[in-house]
Amino acid sequence: MAVAAVKDKIATQLQALQKADGSVNADDVVSIVESIVDSVEGDLTSVGLKVYADIEALARYINTARSEIAELRPDDINSEHIPAATDELTAIVGSTEQATHTIFEAVEGIEALTEKMDPEVATEVSAGVTSIFEACGFQDITGQRITKVVTTLQQVESKIDALLQAFGDDIKRDGPPKPVEKKKTAPSGAPARPDEDLLNGPQLPENASSQDDIDALFG
Amino acid sequence: MSSVDMSMPILIVDDYKTMLRIIRNLLKQLGFTNVDEATDGSAALQKLRDKEYSLVISDWNMEPMSGMQLLTEVRADTKLKELPFIMITAESKTENVIAAKEAGVSNYIVKPFNAATLKTKLAAVLGNF
Repeated sequence: MAVAAVKDKIATQLQALQKADGSVNADDVVSIVESIVDSVEGDLTSVGLKVYADIEALARYINTARSEIAELRPDDINSEHIPAATDELTAIVGSTEQATHTIFEAVEGIEALTEKMDPEVATEVSAGVTSIFEACGFQDITGQRITKVVTTLQQVESKIDALLQAFGDDIKRDGPPKPVEKKKTAPSGAPARPDEDLLNGPQLPENASSQDDIDALFG
Repeated sequence: MSSVDMSMPILIVDDYKTMLRIIRNLLKQLGFTNVDEATDGSAALQKLRDKEYSLVISDWNMEPMSGMQLLTEVRADTKLKELPFIMITAESKTENVIAAKEAGVSNYIVKPFNAATLKTKLAAVLGNF
């Protein structure tokens, strides 16, 4: 193929890529690389040989990466593994909540009996009941932490969708790509959660403010 | 002698039924007898407009209306703007506390909390009891 014709072909392919919706098909990239390689054959200087070798290595790298990613079956990760993990985590929240309320039923029953107890004993039992109520706060905190993990898994799912879209049918086995989740808005079009940027959730111990830190802010 | 009316109507707001039950029980142990519940900011706001409350104890992170949005609505309402408002939340970053303080929160309790902390903060807002 004449050099001018190859240049035109590459230019056309690049324009097509630029018009794409942000995703890049690996086949298109390989095709462009092969076109570049074709264009330098038969007219190789030492610099040209180096470029040729580099481009050839790049083409091999892309093909190898595509094969390795395909072997990971990312479609399975999205269609099976992540939904299963989120379901399991959601179930943990549900079961701990149920168990916590069972504890409440028992403890509230015990507390009601304190009226029939010796005052000294009743005081001690009430203190124990208070400690149980306080400890049951774990369900609220773990529930929020697990919800954060589920959100993270959904973000991973979204990234894998983008990867599947980029590599096309060689990797994507079934199912349409999931649309990217948009921020929720009110009927007026305003953000539904104007304080969204402040919703950080429960913090790991090293990042959290203590009650004393918070009290200090109130002077 | 306590200057606090232990039968004052208190509204607690949280989307976790577990936490509502914990706060209700701890308030009961402290002697407060008149406690209502709501599971998000909008339901709470409706209750606040339907009935006169003496205190709101609210979580922050709730759907569809958060505790911060509820606080903002309360402080913007001429009838509710002086209502004592305590935030009980796992949102423990300094930026959260500052934002709540600037929005007019009366006090702030970070989860997990205990009965002693709750009592101290109630006393700070309502007076000793």
